Amino acid sequence: MTTEALALIVFVPLLVAAGMVVLPRSWLGLLIRIGLLPLPFLLLIPTMEVVDNGAYRVVLAGHDSPLGIVWLLDPLSLLMLWLNVGITLLVSLHASFSFPPSDQPARRFWPLWLILFASMNALVLSADLFNIYVTLELVTLAAIGLIAVEGKPAALRAAMRYLLLALMASLLYLLGVGLIYGQTGVLDLYLIAEHLEPAWLTITALALMIVGLLIKSAIFPLHAWLPAAHGNAPGPVSAILSAMVVKVSVYIIWRLWFWTAGDWDLDSAATLMGILGGLAIVYGSVAALVQQRLKMIIAYSTVAQLGYLMLLFPLASTLAFQAASYHLVSHGMAKAAMFLAAANILRSVGSDRLSRLAGIDQRLPLDVFALALAGVSIMGLPPSGGFLAKWLFLEAAREQEAWGWLVLVAASGLLAAAYLFRVLAVMCLHPRRRLRSDRRRRAPNLASVAAILLAVGAIVAGFASAPVLDLVAAGLPPGLAP
Amino acid sequence: MDNAALYVLAAAVLFGVGVYGLIVSAHLMRKLFAINIMGNAIFILMVAVAGPIDGAPDPVPQALVLTGIVIAVSATAFALALMVRLYQETGRATLADDNGPGNDD
Repeated sequence: MTTEALALIVFVPLLVAAGMVVLPRSWLGLLIRIGLLPLPFLLLIPTMEVVDNGAYRVVLAGHDSPLGIVWLLDPLSLLMLWLNVGITLLVSLHASFSFPPSDQPARRFWPLWLILFASMNALVLSADLFNIYVTLELVTLAAIGLIAVEGKPAALRAAMRYLLLALMASLLYLLGVGLIYGQTGVLDLYLIAEHLEPAWLTITALALMIVGLLIKSAIFPLHAWLPAAHGNAPGPVSAILSAMVVKVSVYIIWRLWFWTAGDWDLDSAATLMGILGGLAIVYGSVAALVQQRLKMIIAYSTVAQLGYLMLLFPLASTLAFQAASYHLVSHGMAKAAMFLAAANILRSVGSDRLSRLAGIDQRLPLDVFALALAGVSIMGLPPSGGFLAKWLFLEAAREQEAWGWLVLVAASGLLAAAYLFRVLAVMCLHPRRRLRSDRRRRAPNLASVAAILLAVGAIVAGFASAPVLDLVAAGLPPGLAP
Repeated sequence: MDNAALYVLAAAVLFGVGVYGLIVSAHLMRKLFAINIMGNAIFILMVAVAGPIDGAPDPVPQALVLTGIVIAVSATAFALALMVRLYQETGRATLADDNGPGNDD
């Protein structure tokens, strides 16, 4: 039952995507619904399985590793599946407005959208190194296709640059996989640990894989491709790129670090990863502060917010794991809301330059509200999911008396506040605001509703945290379990 | 020097050539060639480092490399399509002199 449900979670969107290419255009609206709407219900079956039994191993079609496809469903992968399904569905609500099935670009957008969705589901479930490589390539190619889907020169250039770096990153990862297979003859993510000794060759192999994944997750100083790619993509695509696509490769780094090399002495490497995270937070925030375009500000904010996910490595405790996972959830919703609101503003004003956005709050109150609400979570103000994640980070740092990380997390909220208030001040408090007060309000539509729902989700995450935190605590890696 | 070492050495040289090409050439076509050379270096390495099992070659790396080649072909085809589109839109097949990330809207 669980096996079938998991297979459907990956293959329904994939088959529907194939159907969109061959079936008549009038079917597109129906196919979108078939590919997306059953997913939350299908996901209930694996959820019951995890609640009852903790973890579940799937050997697809009876071919075991290394040649078959093996999936592992555990609390952490379940959390990623729910996050992906939830965010993709809400962003799809926006996409059904910005890429309506009756339009020409919809035929290019929706198949790629569903392939991206399916391949992220497959990636978080994958339990062997080579399958991870294949699904990572699928995620990257689908994501890049989506960036370029409107064919604007700036987006095409950003997509090309992203593609070159991502292909190189995949090769670094594959090189690591080859070296590890040569050493151990095993590819299973959860069995390698028994076969690996911390020798130079295996350390090199793991380092190559992690550097490849760091490029794909745009962690400072390997972030250079991200702002242009996320800032120039169509609205729903920017949202899913920042909310999910960069996170799934961080998730794979966690898997490699804590599950396969969990009992190695990695203190200095962990500190290095933490420092990269800290630099990402500072650099991303300062760069966001000087951008002139709203979507670029949000894109640099992603560079900064990804830094928090790296603090898990030096802190490495139950609390830190909960903090980082919760940050994944709340930032996913808040950032998706911000990009969707920015897309609505861009569509309505025709530009997202800050100088053009003075007084926009009177014309687009819902979108500015969504932006501000999501901003509350990004800044980490209570009560919001972002606040809770930061609070857990502070607790984790205090617990280990890691004062440096504590100061960093405490101070970084101010940096986020600086670049977000700069945006809100222009929109709501600019002197030119009064001159525009005669503008008509635009009627709220589905696109604004999607942004609001995600922003409200990021705030509500501050109240309804217990199930997620319990889930994460149940799925700790072997080395961290109390 | 045994055969495996020779293959590993060849892979290392090819990988170096690929990295060099990726960095120094401006034209996207050459960059794609370079990435493909790097990929082939890794495929050679994967087959070379996996030792034989009971005297017969280990089938797993061969299967992995075969899958890897399929992925490389599709990624290259996609990259070429993107490059052609970029050329049609901007008249150039390079990334060199654009005005920085995000400054053109």
